[in-house]
Amino acid sequence: MRVALFVTCVNDTIFPGTGRATVRLLERLGCTVDFPMEQTCCGQMHFNTGYRDDARALARRLISAFDGYDAIVVPSGSCAAMVREWYPSLGVTPPAGVHELSEFLVDVLGVTDVGAYFPHTVTYHPTCHSLRALKVGSRPLDLLSQVRGLTLVPLGGAEECCGFGGTFALKNPAVSAAMCADKVRGVLDTGAEVLCAADNSCLMHIGGSLIRQRAGVRVLHLAQILASTEED
Amino acid sequence: MATFIGMPAFPEASARAVGDAQLRHNLRKATHTIRARRAAVVAEQPDWAGLRAAGAAIKDRTLRHLDVYLERLESAVTAAGGHVHWAEDAAEADRIVVDLVRATGETEVVKVKSMATQEIDLNAALAAAGIRAYETDLAELIVQLGDDLPSHILVPAIHRNRAEIREIFSGRMASWGRPAPEGLTDDPRALAEAARLHLRERFLRAKVGISGANFAVAETGTLVVLESEGNGRMCVTLPETLISVVGIEKIVPTWRDLEVFLQLLPRSSTGERMNPYTSMWTGATEGQEFHLVLVDNGRTSVLADRVGRQALRCIRCSACLNVCPVYERAGGHAYGSVYPGPIGAILTPQLRGLTGPLEESLPYASTLCGACYDVCPVAINIPEVLLDLRAKVVAGDHRAERLAMGAARRVLDHPKWLALAQRSVGRLRRWTPRHLPGPLSAWSDTREVPVPPRESFRDWWARRAGEEGGR
Ligand code: SF4
Repeated sequence: MRVALFVTCVNDTIFPGTGRATVRLLERLGCTVDFPMEQTCCGQMHFNTGYRDDARALARRLISAFDGYDAIVVPSGSCAAMVREWYPSLGVTPPAGVHELSEFLVDVLGVTDVGAYFPHTVTYHPTCHSLRALKVGSRPLDLLSQVRGLTLVPLGGAEECCGFGGTFALKNPAVSAAMCADKVRGVLDTGAEVLCAADNSCLMHIGGSLIRQRAGVRVLHLAQILASTEED
Repeated sequence: MATFIGMPAFPEASARAVGDAQLRHNLRKATHTIRARRAAVVAEQPDWAGLRAAGAAIKDRTLRHLDVYLERLESAVTAAGGHVHWAEDAAEADRIVVDLVRATGETEVVKVKSMATQEIDLNAALAAAGIRAYETDLAELIVQLGDDLPSHILVPAIHRNRAEIREIFSGRMASWGRPAPEGLTDDPRALAEAARLHLRERFLRAKVGISGANFAVAETGTLVVLESEGNGRMCVTLPETLISVVGIEKIVPTWRDLEVFLQLLPRSSTGERMNPYTSMWTGATEGQEFHLVLVDNGRTSVLADRVGRQALRCIRCSACLNVCPVYERAGGHAYGSVYPGPIGAILTPQLRGLTGPLEESLPYASTLCGACYDVCPVAINIPEVLLDLRAKVVAGDHRAERLAMGAARRVLDHPKWLALAQRSVGRLRRWTPRHLPGPLSAWSDTREVPVPPRESFRDWWARRAGEEGGR
């Protein structure tokens, strides 16, 4: 199956490892992956901050960059939600076939066992836009629970927002930090070695705080765990 | 008298609350308890989604034909012996109520908990006219005695714990009437009993009662108040004159419509299947007088907004506050109005207009996590309204941010420029600062700054394609 990867600007620029892992995973599962070079950003930051004209320009660019693809895979819940749920309010019709990574694996490829091996204790944070905007439900957990060697531990207060919220973290730093502190406490209470999520922006926020606290917990995008094998 | 006027913008006010460990503890405990209770009684309702859709549809239909239903309500109330007054704004509503109380010759009134009278700051207007308003709801009493401000729709004193309440009762009850019993403890039952004795005297003395209403049924002119304590029922039945101050959006066309909300409201609000007291009254009974003051105060302008108007569906259940992670840390006062939490963040800037730093900061007082939309019993898409308001805020004068956003967009709109920018941060990665300058310091104060990678994804992709092509 031929798929287009919308890697997202954050992954492209700061977390390319997530993009490489997504490619590796999809190719291992028999997909032919394309990366349309004209892609940049979905426009979410501009849209969420109120700059709709800027967001609309970026949305149009995305539409034309992905013209002609039947399946577009996005390793980010919030960017997938931006395209699918919010483009209409900008007067832009979202392209058909936009899937967040876990949706693509479970619904389109029909797999939950992706042949991964990751011998670590992991807890999963269901980021708000995956959870409530896309409603990906248990898909990421179903995928993680099939990974060999992986011990999945539940996260207390999992459904609570981590406090990132894009420019919210800059506009309301006190509340954002307080929310993050509670999330970090929840993560540490699990005793997990790795915190996993399907959105690197939230992980950057929680992970940034974990590192600052020298907490000894790593953060990893879902794609990176699912791409791991015995050979790593 | 405490007032919301002149409150600082949300980021400042909430930062103060975040630093208050006791407040954080009180709020967390209270909101999580009520959140769990709501979740349990909603889950047991087999057709909650259907009820919720019906609630939203009824409100939308009513709002579309608001003029018709308001006139129907007016004639029904008048036919039942009541008097209807129309108030365009807070000042007019206050004036009407003050004049009505003056006409009775009384200088004291008892009040049922009401958001509308808080919104128009009625107690201050009455005080200025030499009329003392006694709050009779337990939580409102705590707020009033403490010369405090409400911080929650349902539990206005949610920011207080019982030790603080004991102190307020012991110190302040005497100056408002019957003093607190000697040696009052902070046992909840003892506190409730002290309040009951104190309030009982107020009720028996009062000749004028003031209430709001949860609903006004247009077809019969019936007003409806839902409550837990029974104080409301005393207020609307005992006094000779009853004045009800009601926002024009509280209307429902028929009793069949009301039935839907009588299921939605208690489950969403207190997490009960049914609330202990539902009082309903139609016009005036023999020997009593009834006045209905219908308040606009910005509502018709909200109604004119295609996206924002859904906020008028709100039935003030406070479910959105109880699930909001921002409210839980910021507390209610930071929202600078009687409407705190997510609903306040969309209602206050619309009712008052984007008129100052507080109003302009409220649409940003959210991470857009969507928890509020999920629980709202009338399906108000709060994130959608927040986003729409943000677009209106930046349409004003925000030069620095506009320049930064414009620059970011120009880079992001050109894949080649983006690649260039990525390569230059990649080259400077060794010098990634631990502390960022200017507004970005808000990030690095509490979190590590991510180190940019040596190679962006797009460069990796191009290199890989080149290597494969060369093989
Ligand atoms: S917005 Fe919805 S959830 Fe919030 S108080 Fe109003 S009705 Fe309740």
